[in-house]
Amino acid sequence: MQLPNAETLCADLVRQLRPAVTPATAMVGIHTGGVWLAERLHRELGIALPLGGIDISFYRDDYHTSGLHKSVKASQIPFEVAGRHILLVDDVLYTGRTVRAAMNELFDYGRPESISLVVLMDRGERQLPICAQYAGGKITVPKGSMLRLGRSEAGRLTLRLDDA
Amino acid sequence: MRNPQLNEHGELTHLLTLEGLPREVITHILDTAASFVGVTEREVKKVPLLRGKSVFNLFFENSTRTRTTFEIAAKRLSADVINLNINTSSTQKGETLLDTVDNLSAMHADMFVVRHAQSGAAHMIARHVGPERHVINAGDGRHAHPTQGLLDAYTIRHYKRDFARLSVAIVGDILHSRVARSLIHVLNILGAPDVRVIGPQTLLPAGVAALGARVFHDMHQGLADADVVVMLRLQSERMRGPLLPSAQEFFKCYGLTPEKLAAAKPDAIVMHPGPMNRGIEIDSAVADGPRSVILPQVTFGIAVRMAVMSIVAGN
Amino acid sequence: MKIHIKDGRLVDPRHGVDAARDLYLADGKVVGVGAAPHGMRAERTIDAAGLVVAPGLIDLSARLREPGFEYKATLESEMLAAVAGGVTRLACPPDTDPPLDEPGLVEMLTRRASSLNLAKVYPIGALTAKLEGERLTEMAELSDHGCVAFSHADVPLVDVQLLWRALQYAATFGFAVWLRPQDPYLAKDGVAHDGDVATRLGLAGIPPFAETIALGAILELVRVTGTRVHLCRLSASGSVEMVRAAKRDRLPITCDVSAHHLHLSEMDLGYFDAHCHVVPPFRSQRDREQLRAGLADGAIDAICSDHTPVDEDAKQLPFGESEPGATGLELLLPLTLKWSGESRLPLVQALARVTSEPARILGVDAGHLGVGAPADVCIFDPESWFKVTPERLRSQGKNTPFLGYELPGVVRYTLVGGETRYEQRD
Repeated sequence: MQLPNAETLCADLVRQLRPAVTPATAMVGIHTGGVWLAERLHRELGIALPLGGIDISFYRDDYHTSGLHKSVKASQIPFEVAGRHILLVDDVLYTGRTVRAAMNELFDYGRPESISLVVLMDRGERQLPICAQYAGGKITVPKGSMLRLGRSEAGRLTLRLDDA
Repeated sequence: MRNPQLNEHGELTHLLTLEGLPREVITHILDTAASFVGVTEREVKKVPLLRGKSVFNLFFENSTRTRTTFEIAAKRLSADVINLNINTSSTQKGETLLDTVDNLSAMHADMFVVRHAQSGAAHMIARHVGPERHVINAGDGRHAHPTQGLLDAYTIRHYKRDFARLSVAIVGDILHSRVARSLIHVLNILGAPDVRVIGPQTLLPAGVAALGARVFHDMHQGLADADVVVMLRLQSERMRGPLLPSAQEFFKCYGLTPEKLAAAKPDAIVMHPGPMNRGIEIDSAVADGPRSVILPQVTFGIAVRMAVMSIVAGN
Repeated sequence: MKIHIKDGRLVDPRHGVDAARDLYLADGKVVGVGAAPHGMRAERTIDAAGLVVAPGLIDLSARLREPGFEYKATLESEMLAAVAGGVTRLACPPDTDPPLDEPGLVEMLTRRASSLNLAKVYPIGALTAKLEGERLTEMAELSDHGCVAFSHADVPLVDVQLLWRALQYAATFGFAVWLRPQDPYLAKDGVAHDGDVATRLGLAGIPPFAETIALGAILELVRVTGTRVHLCRLSASGSVEMVRAAKRDRLPITCDVSAHHLHLSEMDLGYFDAHCHVVPPFRSQRDREQLRAGLADGAIDAICSDHTPVDEDAKQLPFGESEPGATGLELLLPLTLKWSGESRLPLVQALARVTSEPARILGVDAGHLGVGAPADVCIFDPESWFKVTPERLRSQGKNTPFLGYELPGVVRYTLVGGETRYEQRD
């Protein structure tokens, strides 16, 4: 299956987002793919506030069936969440559960003024009423596959399809 | 015989002792704890992992400090916490330990945090509870205090990074200390090459060398170039009797003063599981001094216990 | 009844016999070995083909828990266990409740035991009143009522002066005193062997010199008083050496070891298995090897079961709080066979430790199958193995560290005084 060029999509997202960015804008990436994407967007959009990253392991809704995730990274929100307009960034939007967990976690830091979702790819098949305000593209992924973002040594972003 | 702490998939389902745990399990706990340290610095200091779960603190031995840190850890995981001080409850009326556990299980306890004066109590309870229940040993007799060993390891890792070159000296009543045993185990598992115990012969158990430690009776020799000094608490009942003549003589020979600490490396850290007996095992100048990391140990303790509970409850 | 036991392999340690020989019993005694006595017509024939025909086992220590501890076990259950294990005679320690320090109690016990008509019981009388270690008991009276020796069971006897006087008094009458060497102060609060395992598990230790120091004191006193002393349940390698030297000096001592200590060491405690909480504790592997060596060369005379039934509630406690003791009447023969197989000792030599030697220590004409001996016989299959499970144990005490083990030696018949008291029905 032919996958779109992640770099192109990323450039397109930058174009979409630029009008919305102000000195007060905050950005938070969801580990791990969302953080890679957010690092690029954050740099290219020149966002003033330092970038935040959250690991949703403690907020997942499948803890009771799958246990705690094997590698947990620390969440870092280096700014005050209360009253902020936050751009929440993830690589692939799928069932919507990751985004729900991320929002729950963000709310434990404080009450944001708004959250807008930014994703590189929307693969549909939502299980919760979640949508992206900014998306690089839409795609249908064959059953049994997972769409993932990769990053090369040099920082180049690529999309790939893994077995689920 | 399968390690009673692991389920049939080799995952940690109880935490009873650090002895025999694979290195990966230990590092996973420490890494997870690092993530929890950040939680305590937020506005909402909770995560929802154990929401709806009941954690029963079964303390057969009094300890407000340890019980409080477990309570805080459980609440930060959004669990419901019930504290049971068994001195004043049914066991006084002759109910057996296992009957108490059965009754509490019937009240839908998901996790038991157990402290008991007898070695092996936590193992016994873990053998007895059903598959969906988890037991965390908060200290059993002189046998083990695994969460303390883990938070000590976390503290050392925080300040010293790499275990591969460390000299760690543990000082005091090793004979009666579950803290010492757990610490020796975890240091050996993490690869610390030089673990030392320092104390008079009366306070060192028969098999301490086999545990994996070098024995010293002299503080200056034992502390020479140490990177980490861990002072153990001396219980008052031990201070006067067949094991030791007096607290004063103990302080003279084994109390950590700035002068004795000078034998260790200039950047050595000083640890203590608490509560401290100032002037008996440790001088105030050292306890409050720049090398002491005794207070950070307490903070790390909460994160470590959150990590242990969340890993164990998910398996 | 006149009985002919045919085609069996007769193993009689006292007479050094290990051969295919038939056995003939009548009027409660052995009347013929090999050939039938003239004119004897057997009323019953037991086919012992493929089986060993041995003297009934004599167990030097089995707690029957009566009087006083009937919730742990009763005379009935334990005597049935005894004959099921091929044990035809046993000595029981005085630590009943009340202790066996009064003739009335002793007589009650022996009468109850004989009315059951199973194994024969030899009561050991208390050395001091109430086993409190302060006053001597009326040893002459107790002996008249059936006590074969006097002991202090596992109760510490702190006052060494009293021990000396008790030994002197016993020597006056030629009575034997049975003592388990353990210094009460060195062993205080200890629950396990003071070694690497106890250190790891955080269990209070009993050092081996708690036994050797007490043993030294006892041997010194024996040198002075000349009392016949039987040393019970040795556990330390140092003790074996001391006993060897004392025998070379011709001191009137004998000693035994528990069958459990022949097989288990501190390593078997595992994750705090309370079934391994026993006194004396299971010591190091080296100690175990020396106990085996002592048995092989005769430094140690006998093996006993040290049968101690404990109710499950008392074992379902943290190790240090659990009640010490292991059940063992039915395992005495299998554990002896397992030891002899592993040590490659001839069966006739190994069985001596549970037949002729205990008889010699007790001073009774039993434990052998010569003509005129009491017809106490144990017929067993040495090639048959069984699994130790709570259901298979007839004793009320299911507390054994050997649960789940496969052991050799299935008893098919036990005869006491020429009467069949146990027969395997499978």
